Parts: sequence; C-alpha cells; structure tokens
Amino acid sequence: MQRSFLLYFSITLVGVLFIGRLFQLQILRGQKYDPINNAAVKTQYDYPERGYVYDRNGTLIIANQLSYDVMVQPNEVTPLDTLEFCALLKIDKASFLKRFNRAQNYASYLPSVFLKQLAKEDYAYLQEKLHHYKGFYIQKRVIREYPIKSAANIFGYISEVSESKAKKNVDYQQGELIGKAGIEKEYEAYLRGTKGKKYSHKNRFNKVTGPYKNGVLDTLPSNGKDLTLTIDIELQQYAESLMKGKRGGIVAIEPSSGEILALVSAPSYDPNMLVGRKRSKNSVLLMNPKNPDKPTYDRSLMAQYAPGSPFKMMNALIGLQENVINANTAFRCYEGYQYGRRKNEFMGCHCGIIGNPIYLKTAIARSCNSYFANTFKRIVEKDNKPSEGLNNWSKHVKSFGLGDYLGYDLPAGAAGRIPTGVFYDNRINYRWNASSVISNAIGQGDVETTPIQLANFTAAIANKGFFYTPHILKKVAGEAIKNKKYTVPKKTSIAAKHFEPIIEAMHEVFKTGTGKSSQIKGIEICGKTGTVENSIKIIDGVKTQAPDHSILVAFAPKDNPKIAIAVFVENGGYGSTIAAPISSLIIEKYLTEKISKPLVEKRILALSLQEVYDKQKSKEIAPGTK
Amino acid sequence: MRQERNNIFAGIDFILVFLYLFLVGFGWLNIYAASRTTEDVEFLNFSTEYGKQLIFICLTPPLIVLILFFNSKFYEKFSVIFYAFSILSLLGLFVFGKTINGATSWYNFGFIGLQPSEFVKVFTALAVAKLLSDHRQYNFNLIKNQVKAFIIIFLPAFLIILQPDAGSALIYLAFFFVLNREGLSLNYILLGLSTLLIFISTIYFGPETIITSLFILITFFVILIIKKAGKRYLRFNWYKIVGVYLLLGIFVFSTNYFYKHVLASHQKDRFDILLGIKTDNKGVGYNSYQSELTISSGGLNGKGFLNGDLTQGDFVPEQHTDYIFSTVGEEWGFIGASLVIIAFMLMMYRIIYLAETHSNKFGRVYGYGLASILFFHVIVNIGMVIGLLPTVGIPLPFFSYGGSSLWGFTILLFIFLRLDAHKNYDW
Repeated sequence: MQRSFLLYFSITLVGVLFIGRLFQLQILRGQKYDPINNAAVKTQYDYPERGYVYDRNGTLIIANQLSYDVMVQPNEVTPLDTLEFCALLKIDKASFLKRFNRAQNYASYLPSVFLKQLAKEDYAYLQEKLHHYKGFYIQKRVIREYPIKSAANIFGYISEVSESKAKKNVDYQQGELIGKAGIEKEYEAYLRGTKGKKYSHKNRFNKVTGPYKNGVLDTLPSNGKDLTLTIDIELQQYAESLMKGKRGGIVAIEPSSGEILALVSAPSYDPNMLVGRKRSKNSVLLMNPKNPDKPTYDRSLMAQYAPGSPFKMMNALIGLQENVINANTAFRCYEGYQYGRRKNEFMGCHCGIIGNPIYLKTAIARSCNSYFANTFKRIVEKDNKPSEGLNNWSKHVKSFGLGDYLGYDLPAGAAGRIPTGVFYDNRINYRWNASSVISNAIGQGDVETTPIQLANFTAAIANKGFFYTPHILKKVAGEAIKNKKYTVPKKTSIAAKHFEPIIEAMHEVFKTGTGKSSQIKGIEICGKTGTVENSIKIIDGVKTQAPDHSILVAFAPKDNPKIAIAVFVENGGYGSTIAAPISSLIIEKYLTEKISKPLVEKRILALSLQEVYDKQKSKEIAPGTK
Repeated sequence: MRQERNNIFAGIDFILVFLYLFLVGFGWLNIYAASRTTEDVEFLNFSTEYGKQLIFICLTPPLIVLILFFNSKFYEKFSVIFYAFSILSLLGLFVFGKTINGATSWYNFGFIGLQPSEFVKVFTALAVAKLLSDHRQYNFNLIKNQVKAFIIIFLPAFLIILQPDAGSALIYLAFFFVLNREGLSLNYILLGLSTLLIFISTIYFGPETIITSLFILITFFVILIIKKAGKRYLRFNWYKIVGVYLLLGIFVFSTNYFYKHVLASHQKDRFDILLGIKTDNKGVGYNSYQSELTISSGGLNGKGFLNGDLTQGDFVPEQHTDYIFSTVGEEWGFIGASLVIIAFMLMMYRIIYLAETHSNKFGRVYGYGLASILFFHVIVNIGMVIGLLPTVGIPLPFFSYGGSSLWGFTILLFIFLRLDAHKNYDW
C-alpha cells in the first residue's frame, strides 16, 4: 500500500485543486456573471418616438421628422464602381475611402453609419439605386423638427450621448441621442421614452440564432411623454422680433402662477440649424467662443447685469419694512448726493427737482438717486455696525430670489450677486461704511442680477410680497405639474402693506414719469426704467466706455396683474428710449393681441445697435477687419 | 489449478465499466451540445461531429468483445510484437502520414482518419509491463535496467515529438509513476518537478531574481551542512558545491534563452497568458479567456442541457474536442463539472486499488500505466480548460470527440479489465 501512496496522493491533490478552481470560477466569479450582458446575447433596440412639445395655447413647437442615414456593413460589400457610387452620394473619393475605412476599423461585421442624414430629395432617388451596392442600405432615424423658428434658447438641442455617459449609464448606448441643453436636457426623462428591447442568441460571428429565452424578457418601446410649456409662442416670437439687431434678454412671467410666458435671448438662432446634415457645421459656428454674438449664450438666464434704477424699489421696500422711511418721508436733492467730503465723492441725479422736498412716489417716478442714497444709508446705519445693517439689507433682497439661482427648470443660469457685510469685510485693506458702498442704493456698484431674477422681482411686487418660482413646464402628457417647488408660493420678507405705495409710484412712472412716452391707452402699466452705466474697458489700448444698458421692469394691469416683464437691451442707452417701448409693446400684444402704436413698433423693429456693438469689438479678434 | 472460464464477461469489474459508460455517455451529450447547429436534428448524421462520435461509440462494443475474447496471456506474450508494430506505425507516419494543423499525426483511410499516437500509449504500457515483469527481481538500482525502461518509454515519445505533437508526447512522462511504483527512486520525479518549478519561476520572475534566490537558498543549506558535519565536509565536497552552483546558473540562463529564443512564439504566448505576463483576450489568449468565461457563466447548477448560450454560440474554439470540459462547466454547472472530476478520480482510485490486488506483476504494472496515463490526460486537459495550465492540445479521455482517442482509451481500459478478471487464475 505504501508504494501506491504517491499516485493516490497526487490524484487526490489534483482533484481537490481542480474542484477548488471550479468553485472559484463558477461560484465566486459566476455570481458576477450577467446572463444578458455577454457575447452570446444580442440586444436589439426599438427606439421610441421622442415626446412632442406644445406651447401654453396648444401650438406644436417641437415635433419629429424622419431622417435617412446610409449604413454600411463592410464585410458584405462587394467590389463596386466607386466613381458612380460617389456621384450618387455626392461625396468625393477621398471622403468615400475615409468613411469606409472608419467603418472597417470599427467592426467589419457590424453596420455603422456611412453618411448621415440625407436630404429628403436625395433619399427617394438613392432608395432606387442603392440595392445595386451590396452592404449598403438606408436606415430611418427620428430627429427633431421645429415648425416655428423661435425659442432656440428654451428648446436646447439633442445630440449624440457622450462616450463617458454611455459607459456609465446602462440606459444609453453609444450613438444614441440625448438632450444637451434647454428643455431637451431638463426634461430628457419625460421626452425620451423607453426603448424596446429584444434579446436574441447570437454566435461568435454575430449571427442571430434565435430568440433569448423565447422572448419572455423582450419589451416594447414606449414613446416619450408630450410636454406643454408655459411659453406663449406667439408672444415669444413677437418679443424676439423686437429684439432683432439688439443684444439682451427679455423675461415675461405670469405673476399669479410663476409661469414663464416668454424667455428671449438675443441674438438667437433658428433651432433647425442644430438638426440634420449641417448640424455639426452649424454648431461649430454657433458655439465658437470668438463669435461676439454668442448666440448659444442665454442672456435671459445667464447674463448678469447691474439692475440699475429698478433696484430702487427694493431699497424703498426695505426702508419701509425697516421703518427708516415712510410714505411721507422726504429728502432734498441738489442735482445729486454728496456722500463724502471730497468733491468727487458725489453721485449725480437727473430727477430735475432741485432743493424741494421729494416724497417716495415722486422719487420713484422721477428716479431720484439722492432719495435712495439717503434711504440706503439709513438702512445700513440702522444697526450699530454697517456690516450688520448691510447683512440685514441683503437678507431682505435675497428673499426675492436675488443673489442666488432661482430654481427654475432650465439647465442654465447664474447666481447674480448681492453683497453682504461679510463681502466687504473680506476685502483686504478696505474700511467701509454706508457711504463707500452707496452705489448699491441705485442698483449699481456690486449688485448684479439676471433678467429672469429681475422679472421675478417684478412679479413679487405685482403679487404684493410673494412669488412662485418661475418655471417653463406646464403639463406632462396633458396633466398639470404637481411639483410643490412650482405650485407653492414663496413669501418675501416685506409685509404686503408696504407694496401699495411702491405700486402706486410705479404706476406714476408710466403716467407722468420716465416711462410716460410708452404708456398704452386702456392698460394700467406699472413699471420702472433703468439706465445702467458701464464700467470703462480698455479696448485696443484705448479707454472706452460703452453706452449704457437700457432696462425696464413692468407689470400690467395694475389690478390683478397678468404679466410681469423685465427687458434688458445691452448698450441701448436710456431705459425710456428702447426698453420701455419694447415692454409696453409686449404687454399690449399679450393683453389685447393688438398694437395701438404701429409707428413705435416699426421704429423698434428697424432699430439696430450693430454699429454700437461693432465699436466695442477689439479689432484684433474681429474677423474680416484686417 | 483453476482454468479460465469460457464466459468472456465473467469477473469483469463493473464499477469501472459503469464509470466508463458514464463518461462516454455524458461525453457524447456534451459533444452533441457543443457541435450541433440549430438546423440539424438527426443523430446519425455522419457529417456532424456528434453523429460521427455516435458511430464511433457504436463501434466500441465489438471492439470490447474482441479485447475480452483474448486470453490474458495473449497480451503478455504479444506485447513485444505490439510494441514493435506501434513504433513502425509511428515511423510510417513520416512516409504516409497526413498533415493536419501542422502535425503529421494521421493516417488517412478516406472515410476515416486514425491517429496512431492514441494507440501507441496502450502498447507502450504493455511493453513496460512486460519488461518490468520479465525478471522476477527487476532491480532498478541497476542503471542498465533504468536505461532499458527509459528507451521503451521515450522512443515513441520522441517519434511523436517529431510529428510534432509535443502535447501527446508529454503523456509519456506519466510512466514515471509506474517506474516509481516498481522501485525507481522518487528523486527522478522530484528532479522533474523542481526543474519545472525553476523553469516557470524563471519565466515569471526573470533569471536574475531566480538565480540570486537559489544561490542564497543553497548557501543557506551548505552552511547548515557545514555546521553539522564540520570543516571536514568542506574539504572533500567543495567541488560538488561549486558544481551545483554552476549547474543551476547554466540551467536558469539556458531556460531563459530557450524560452526567449528557441520556444516557438505560440508556445511562448501560451505560457505568458497563463502566467499573466501578457493579456490578450482577443488574440492568443482568446481560447483560455473564453473557456474560463464559459465555465464561470455556468454557476452552481449550470444553464441546462443545450441551454449554454456561449456553447451554442460557438464562442469556445475546439469545444467538442480539447475544450469539451467547458461545455460541462457551462451547461451542468459546478455540480456537473465536479461530478466529472470525481468520476475520473474514482476510476483512477479503482484501477490502482485493483492493480494492487494483482498477484502477478504484469497486470499490476499495466494497471499503473493505465491509471497514470489517465491521470496525465486529466491534469493536462482539464488544467488547460480551467486556466491552470498552458494550452496543450490533448483530449479528455472517453469524453472528447475523436474515434482514435475513444478507441485508444477503450482498448487501454478493457485490456486491464481482461487482465483483472483473470488475476486470480494461473496463467
């Protein structure tokens, strides 16, 4: 028996070793094995149709269209007459070889896109001819179509999912489409729908040999959900037309619901440019950082401007709430406000009332700088330390949604800036008091807001102290949204009673004040103009001060307001000359669907500020000027 | 004295027969799973592998009857002639052989091909048994006897290497177990194992590391010995020590040279893949990678007969022959695969057990030869399929597709059963 030990022992050792290895492979490693995601199972997708999008009145604004791609499976291609084929596809031979090699390098036995998105007229012709060429065929795809050439900044666009996202997220395969901006991105989950999946067995030559588990795991596609937006597409188009030749943003909100009625960023582009065959060429053009128009930059959401005079209402409200002024408080103005001892420490004023007491209503109507400098000083100096006073001020301002992302449902935005005591305390070697930060009193200095924040601020005034977070989605598949973020009002820190005098004053602006020329018969508009000074920039070595930005905020009608609006026109000059007529035209159009001042409309439509913008361009980067 | 009975099945060990039937039958089911295509349904389709294998299996009963028909004495007496005939059949390959996959291992008879190396094992085992049982006191201490045995074993191995079919030749190393049983020093096996160990670690760690660590190890032992034996040891044996150092150095560096410059690149790749020096799941490492993946995917219970999607999708090359065990792993899971290993273990245990009960040496030596050959085939084949050994193309006994292999092993086993049935009779 002893002599047989070696063989017995060896057999046992090897047996145990092998079974141990099987345990490692099949039990330990086998647990991680995914029965569907492996080489022997082919998953084929049936793509759902992306959801349609309608405006608040039910007008179709985003639809789908069919597009035709020429596909190639290199291992099935037989020798062909390249010249004839290239002529058919309208490509040259070098391009043919490049495309073919790319497909070959990807996988010879798998189909890949040879030529993307044929023109419709080419498709019909090609369809007849293409069957002569083995290995080439046409595949239909669904792409977006925009029946109305408008609101590109709201719609965003879809394009192929990034490689990293496709790897991370099992729901996306490479080459599939995903929303990249605007509502296409924000509501991707609704719009996309669910792919249908069909699992089949395949062999190592990628040939399908039959259904996987008799198809019990297969699913049908379910189409994306249709969305209804809060946008009034007619109003949107009209507002866009008014902004032609200008840069800036317009935001119109329904105060009673927070629904965004129009969201204009100018200049914009035709959303159809980012669809179809010319897509990549156009996207390079539009997204070129050297393009001074920045058409893909949504100024209505992202541009941070000093709010200027409309911000005076904010200081008035805080003054009333903090009880440092009341409706009968008066200040005198001597063509400005001397905030320091030195001669240049003086803030000019154009209110035109010299030496007489000015009351709140008049101060707003005539946009008196001195009045609000005094008010702001009182607010800041109310507490012992200016830092605490300013912190308190900042808290009130932020309760209107300023100085932070508002929380609206679009994937672009900016926080803006509302300075606090800490903001100035942290400035190195800077000792400050109310006087040194006095510019904030009139919405200049360190205050910055975006057009949508200012429109929301106006809506909060119209509502007398509360607002609904602005939003763009109204219904999903016909059902009104229930998200509490958008259906529950947010209160500001100012008591409702303090809004009455402010609203009266804003009404006065359009009756007798700076907005007088833009009043509309039969509509009680309340508003405030703004003219924002630009800081001095050095362009090509020359100190240049760009013309002022023209601003206006307004709501109408005075009782039971239907629309609140903020208009920013870059370098448009006085608020009363451009922004005011634009906003009154939009308000009239929205409320009455008529225009009573066709001459004003004609003037605004024809007005172009291109020359002004060209002057600001540095000649070094300006294309075509050298 | 008792005489042999007339019933040829009398005294046959049915445990071995049962294990044989299990392995052949289960093997065929797996060949069917691995080689069927969705279109065909006929079992007796001679154009498919499983159809052919079924015919090969059907031809084994007459073969078995024929083997059992002869008297034990017949095998002993004719072993030398069989052996001579084997060598001739191997030599004949160089003249009449057919080259498949670069190796001239086949005789082509039109409708059927035969691979003599699958049969030569049997007759080598008989020849070795004959040699070792010839003299009552076969003494392995005599170098002359050792050389005789080595020649018998390594002559066919050498001829097979020339085909070239290194994998099949490797099997002849199994006879060391037989020789060891009959008195050959264990040192040969130990020497072989340590050579293999040094070879693999040289590839893996590089020659410098290995030589350094070996020298340290030997120096350590030398110091130990000197401490025990005193300076006297050093006075007489210093040349031995230097010799060992030199030999190891030469061996390690020649291994390295052999590996890098002599070994065919595909063989080098196989080692590299196994040792993880190289990863190439799509090229040279594809077989091993797919095979491991296929087995892993089976899990505990397997996916079920004909439901292994990797098997059915032909992802493992040569699956019905050398990689048949991966089919078992996928479709029958850990349980099925372990069962096959256990069946082989039981078969080998049983053979050794029976061999030890033989009163005459011929039967015992032959039994050991059978067990050792099976053992080597199982180690090399399954070891390769489960990714523990480099790719070496030899079949899994009774299991893999192939007539020559099936018949070769059937003959090998049933001659033993014949000898075993007669072990208690006087020859």
